[in-house]
Amino acid sequence: MIRWPISYPFALIVALLAILPVVVLFVLASDSVQFFDAHNLKVLYNTLLLMFMTLIGAVIIGVPLAFLTTYIQLPMQRFWIVLYIAPLAMPSYLGAFTFYAAFGPGGEIKNLIGLSTPSIDGLFGAAIIMSLYTYPFVLLTTRAALSSLDASQVYAARTLGLSLAKSLWRVVLPRIVNGIAAGALLAAMYALSDFGTPAIMGLDTFTRVIYVEYNSFGLAQAAMLSIQLLVVVGLVLFVESRIKGTQEKPSQHLLFFPKPMQLTGMFLSTAPVIILSIILPLAIFFLWLWRDGAGHFDLSIAWNSAHASILAAVVAVILALPLAFAAIAGKLGRLLERIAFVGFGVPGIVMGTALVYVGLQLPFLYQTLGLLVLAYVLRFIPLAVSSIRAKTESLDGSLVNAARVLGANRYEALRRITLPLSMRGIIAGAALVFLESMRELPATLLLGPTGFETLATYLWRVYEAGYFGRAAIPGLLLILISAIALTIMLSGEAGVKTKLTKGPSK
Amino acid sequence: MLTIENLTIQYDQTKVVDNLNLVLGSDEILMLVGPTGCGKTSILRALAGLIPIESGSIQFGSWTATPKKTIAPEKRNLGMVFQDFALFPHLTVEQNINFRISDKQLADHWINILRIDSLRNAKPDRLSGGQKQRVALARTLAHQPKLILLDEPLSNLDAALKDELRWEIRQALKSAGVPAVWVTHDQDEALSVGDTVGVLREGKLEQLDTPKKCYSNPNNPFVARFLGEASFLAGEKNAETNMVTTLLGETPTFENENVTSKVDLLIRPDDLIIKANEHGVGEVIWARYEGSSRLYAVKLDDESVVKARSPHENQIEPGTRVSLIINTHHPLAAFNKSI
Repeated sequence: MIRWPISYPFALIVALLAILPVVVLFVLASDSVQFFDAHNLKVLYNTLLLMFMTLIGAVIIGVPLAFLTTYIQLPMQRFWIVLYIAPLAMPSYLGAFTFYAAFGPGGEIKNLIGLSTPSIDGLFGAAIIMSLYTYPFVLLTTRAALSSLDASQVYAARTLGLSLAKSLWRVVLPRIVNGIAAGALLAAMYALSDFGTPAIMGLDTFTRVIYVEYNSFGLAQAAMLSIQLLVVVGLVLFVESRIKGTQEKPSQHLLFFPKPMQLTGMFLSTAPVIILSIILPLAIFFLWLWRDGAGHFDLSIAWNSAHASILAAVVAVILALPLAFAAIAGKLGRLLERIAFVGFGVPGIVMGTALVYVGLQLPFLYQTLGLLVLAYVLRFIPLAVSSIRAKTESLDGSLVNAARVLGANRYEALRRITLPLSMRGIIAGAALVFLESMRELPATLLLGPTGFETLATYLWRVYEAGYFGRAAIPGLLLILISAIALTIMLSGEAGVKTKLTKGPSK
Repeated sequence: MLTIENLTIQYDQTKVVDNLNLVLGSDEILMLVGPTGCGKTSILRALAGLIPIESGSIQFGSWTATPKKTIAPEKRNLGMVFQDFALFPHLTVEQNINFRISDKQLADHWINILRIDSLRNAKPDRLSGGQKQRVALARTLAHQPKLILLDEPLSNLDAALKDELRWEIRQALKSAGVPAVWVTHDQDEALSVGDTVGVLREGKLEQLDTPKKCYSNPNNPFVARFLGEASFLAGEKNAETNMVTTLLGETPTFENENVTSKVDLLIRPDDLIIKANEHGVGEVIWARYEGSSRLYAVKLDDESVVKARSPHENQIEPGTRVSLIINTHHPLAAFNKSI
């Protein structure tokens, strides 16, 4: 009889907790009178259209940038890559908010330099903003696919008589299609679950309509819409799981050496992306800061955000540990880990709806910080699990075995070997959960106790009330937090890279 | 004393070790050798208590493990040296060696013997393969196990280092005076280091004997081939005199009543003397230069092929007719002729 790893019972509890929101939604939706109506159809249409336009936009921006950053040796290579990935770290509602304020007849651009710009709103506006903030998904996955290709295939195509463009088209492209698709689907996922952008752009997608239903006390209807959204999300995740990336180790990388003129041209053509996604929001927030000052900002809001997020980070890491260890221990453990990843696919607004209902049923939780923290934990625990796993995967069992054979029992092996070796992953995971929680908008809107404002919800109230100037400090703080999150994510990426080159040779 | 009785290990539905019986003396080094997938590493893991066993029992000192009664690895008083060394990356060499011992002198003793004094404060990722191996060995020995398991300890090292470390490990084990089970797939290693060699095939022990016996009088052609270059020569055995008559003349064979008239005689390349001779018994089909010696394949007139080794200065071109003389003072092994 094999003894079960000690992590299993704990992992099982966390996994059950993770599917709780979905179960709750089904219970709740069974009260709903209407399953589907004409308005519903319109919402589905808008959501899918936004998803496809975002997907296409992200590919149009992301793929050329991937080629540019992979195949051309740029001065300050790492700086450019970080810059092009940066929009990923920013919540798109910041972009939507500043676009909304900057463009159009009464916008800041008109006020400041007198230039008339068309309003950016509706489906078109939402799609542009979403594309600007999701293309880095495509950039990252395409870069990974491109850098796994060996240059010799392109050289072979060239010596066989194909032009450069044709050989890229016929030799390179077919082999990176999966990489592009993987990134595009991540962009699609983001477009499906984001609440802030369609809400600010005034586009009736699932997330916005769920919020409207919630506000008009149609919780059952909100649950029904949530389930419909989850079905679409589930389909996208299913397609994504079918896509396999390439895993090759190229002996030589393809590099191009364009003339300085060509290089400048390429850069100028990518400049609008950075200007719109990063410089514009920064400029608008600084403009407001300069105009309205910082005096009206209530520091307790920042503290509220930090307080809830620290709690979420600590709880998420404590719950993630048994999951990560279970995933290493065996097949059942990996299944439990997969189940706990459900939260990753549950949009914040849906998580909020489900937990509001839990609060209504369990009055001791209603309107408490605990419920909000639970929402953060369930949503972001996959981040903690993955970072811990990235560090513990190097623990291939033989280290624990070695400790056991030297006379340590399983608890001592856990304490002296497994935990110390996972520490960096634990800290990185906690930091990511903290930063994501700081920026979370829809679940916080639904679950925050009365009078409990965070940076994100404060920004939302400011948008609703129209006192834009007050958004300056929270907006800039959120951008700063995003920058820190990006740094951690990239250092994590570097960790994975060193592991690839320094791994044991077998 | 280690006693393994009727040990069977199973993964899913496949038996990787089948009904193994084995006894190991108090300071004996047992080499378990066999091709990849023969179950040798599984035996070690089962001995260490890292994997469950399907049936049988393992008894060592005061404990007996059975499928019903598992003994935790840390309760077994044994040490293991892992193929990938399994040094704890977050601890220094000294901290690794001292992992669970408070008496620093034990560690110092082995640090000196294995000449790793200068590495005390280094982290494992800075060490070379040979240094890692020494540290892993020191760590195991310093914990004073009553039995040491070595899982292909040299397979991750380059050839020159292997030779050197092989002897160092044997000497360390002997000076510690503990029995050891050493798993390898390298027949040279098995024959040169062990007191006993166990040859495994598909989970079954084919032979358990001294290295010399396993090499010169193997139980079957598989063991013969696995432990070294082997050719087989058709012959006729005289059961009374224990002599075998082959194309190359008459040779004594081991007494074995199960082997009857038509036999295959095991010939090692070193058992033969090869000379160019127009009136010889066969023709060289290829020659391989090996540095200190040359290896030849000779096709005899009855179409069978035997291999012979000669000193390197004795150069014979392929196509040359040669004579072969069996030149041994010990009996050769014979097997019933395979059809």
